[in-house]
Amino acid sequence: MLDSKIPSGSIEQKWKNRKFESKLVNPSNRRKHTVIVVGTGLAGASAAATLGELGYKVKVFTFHESPRRAHSIAAQGGINAAKNYQNDGDSVYRLFYDTIKGGDFRAREANVYRLAELSVNIIDQCVAQGVPFAREYGGTLTNRSFGGTQVSRTFYAKGQTGQQLLLGAYSSLMRQSGEKSVEIFPRQEMVDVIVIGGKARGIVARNLVTGELQSHLADAVVLATGGYGNVFFLSTNAKQSNATAAWRAHKRGAYFANPCFTQIHPTCVPVSGDYQSKLTLMSESLRNDGRVWVPMKVGDKRAPNEIPESERDYFLERMYPSFGNLVPRDIASRAAKRMCDEGRGVGATGLSVYMDFRDAIQRLGNTVVSEKYGNLFQMYEKITDENPYKVPMRIFPAVHYTMGGLWVDYNLMSTIPGLFVAGEANFSDHGANRLGASALMQGLADGYFVVPYSIANYLGGEKLSAVKQEQDEVKSAIADSQERLNGFMKIKGSQSVDEIHRKLGKIMWEHCGMARNEKGLNDAIKLIQKLKDEFSNDIRIPGDTRLNSELEKANRVADFLELGELMCIDALNRKESCGGHFREEMQTPEGEALRDDQNFSYVAAWEHTGKTPTLHKEALTFENIHLAQRSYK
Amino acid sequence: MKLNLKIWRQKSPSEQGQFKDYVVNNANEDMSFLEMLDFLNMDLVRKGEEAVQFDHDCREGICGSCSLMINGSPHGPETGTATCQLHIRKFKDGDTIVIEPFRAKAFPVLRDLCVDRTAFDRIMAAGGFCSVNTGNAPEANSILIGKEVAENAMDSAACIGCGACVAACKNASAMLFVSAKVSQFALLPQGKPERSRRVRQMVAQMDKEMFGSCSNTGACEAACPKEISLENMARLNREMLRASVTE
Repeated sequence: MLDSKIPSGSIEQKWKNRKFESKLVNPSNRRKHTVIVVGTGLAGASAAATLGELGYKVKVFTFHESPRRAHSIAAQGGINAAKNYQNDGDSVYRLFYDTIKGGDFRAREANVYRLAELSVNIIDQCVAQGVPFAREYGGTLTNRSFGGTQVSRTFYAKGQTGQQLLLGAYSSLMRQSGEKSVEIFPRQEMVDVIVIGGKARGIVARNLVTGELQSHLADAVVLATGGYGNVFFLSTNAKQSNATAAWRAHKRGAYFANPCFTQIHPTCVPVSGDYQSKLTLMSESLRNDGRVWVPMKVGDKRAPNEIPESERDYFLERMYPSFGNLVPRDIASRAAKRMCDEGRGVGATGLSVYMDFRDAIQRLGNTVVSEKYGNLFQMYEKITDENPYKVPMRIFPAVHYTMGGLWVDYNLMSTIPGLFVAGEANFSDHGANRLGASALMQGLADGYFVVPYSIANYLGGEKLSAVKQEQDEVKSAIADSQERLNGFMKIKGSQSVDEIHRKLGKIMWEHCGMARNEKGLNDAIKLIQKLKDEFSNDIRIPGDTRLNSELEKANRVADFLELGELMCIDALNRKESCGGHFREEMQTPEGEALRDDQNFSYVAAWEHTGKTPTLHKEALTFENIHLAQRSYK
Repeated sequence: MKLNLKIWRQKSPSEQGQFKDYVVNNANEDMSFLEMLDFLNMDLVRKGEEAVQFDHDCREGICGSCSLMINGSPHGPETGTATCQLHIRKFKDGDTIVIEPFRAKAFPVLRDLCVDRTAFDRIMAAGGFCSVNTGNAPEANSILIGKEVAENAMDSAACIGCGACVAACKNASAMLFVSAKVSQFALLPQGKPERSRRVRQMVAQMDKEMFGSCSNTGACEAACPKEISLENMARLNREMLRASVTE
């Protein structure tokens, strides 16, 4: 049985109790402990900076050339916090409630409550760092709304909130680098975790410039390596975002939880051709003012501005009058898909719907609209060559975020003692669907406030033996990775790695995307197994092992293939619909997700065995929020 | 569309590089510039030739990874556009396009079109921050900042650290990059306590990294994909002067 180590006490007391019970490490002893942090997005940079400030010896690894390039930088819309600055009825409890409900009752209550509690500290911290959040004329912070809530609690810096928050965390990290408490290893990719005596004691990193593998030893390892949306090839994730660090940890004993919980974001720029390398998100904040619609008539090919008001179907407003355009992402995505399935989709392919700013521009004027969304409108125009001030945007759902991830207990520790997982890389806070503007909140809550306590609690309570580079476990971890990389180079087939990756993406999108069913998932598993063979017999990596993007991709795609299969296995096992996981066999008469709390109110944590993975269950109990069918009508 | 490419190939920092010619026959006008390079690379790999190495990641113009001198301009011909947001529709059928890495002494070439821009990180480590440990922060609304000041700070903070300013400058000066960060914090009350130390140390580190001097031609501003304004440099100079007379 998995022990989630949830502290005792009422939901309001749990985090306080844990902090008080927590073991500590004396300030003068902290420098004797080395902590490795992998990844420098919001979770990694904030954790590394904070651990450095506390006095630990920190080593930070990123495959990027600079910590500032991590994909958190691309988050657009904002960050939630229960400040209730708008006096509209917000509270820690309401943010907790909204997040549990938004996640369709598949998240752990205690973690989510802590997240809501910490949200207010995050905003204070970021403001103190000089993050230029949007302000009112009087100088106070301003807010906007995001999906799945009826209050305004989202803080933002234009459409570049992720950038500004990451640069804040990065500036703290660089300050520690200047003070020599943190050492940064750029262009170094983690390829394995070193487990000695059952505990995580270091990593193997590959220097992407020289191609060399090197081991780094430590007393604890923190993975903050992001999500795995790129399994689908086309997603809003950055091109290099990958699951390799998490997957290698999984293969060394860390359970992978709820891998089938992926978020398909409703508002992305639609796919335009086969050559396309990625999809671009149009921030959810646009749904504050953009109205989503399709023509009433099937096959209406008129230009959008020629379709009169009476012949437009503002389907989100019609179907969900109390939340309107701001329903949660999974619901908006499925509704858009339904419109396209009915033949009312627009654009050349029929696979898009309109998001229209005409009314907002009439009400507020071009200047105000451009102040709020200028950079997003500009981004849209660059991609599509269409001006959204004049014609409605065309949008379609795309893979955006993964709620699943490595299983962690309340202290964010995985099933490998000493291996902590933070941010999108873990599974813990968003259940089966993440609400908008909550990813930034979770990354920073984990990094600034949870990981530092958890590390102290772990190191304060463990007697760790000394480890050496010459030990067998270290040498064999390096040898394993070397062999694997050499293997890729030797294949000398006929396809580029991207070609295989695109095929994987198509299988996943078709069978494990917005709608899933038993037959499709079984087919997908077979197709992926075949594709694995194709990969290991037919990829080609010309050149040497120094700075070679093809070798980097092969190393990542090999893991995506295995993870993709596990996602299908998990989706097959979960015979219910919840949040982003929609099993066609399980829906209400209106086509909404139908949960099965009797049988599936659990976290599915998978153990790697080399053959069929073993399922472990963590039961989810809801002591504070009443389990109910989600309704946004 | 058919495009003729002249691409800089260089195996390592110590080896000599050279231009090589490539032809892309089936470029589509809706492709992004980087997708066109993906397309070329797929072709090269199938033929067993080494893929062209270039830095890229978000492909949304925000991470600052992509670089490239395209026909002599950092990030290509479009103003206010990073290479990843440049589309092939901005070129004509039959065009010849010259693609080079960003060139500056402080940005050594690693391979092909990839350069090392960690000098920027070291400048940041020298002073590009407000010293506030996690947990030290006061309540957010206790620091009032007027809307206009916040927006001006945001405009400076929009820098993506791509290095186009350095690549565009005949002296390979990093003044625009440094001034954007100095400005953001000089404008905000949170940055005031350390303003003198910050500007001195960041400028000192910039010089140490072998970036050149600024001669105010404004090439950096013209090349900047985020249109960071020259006003920031004026502010940096004021901050330097202020630091020298007050301390």
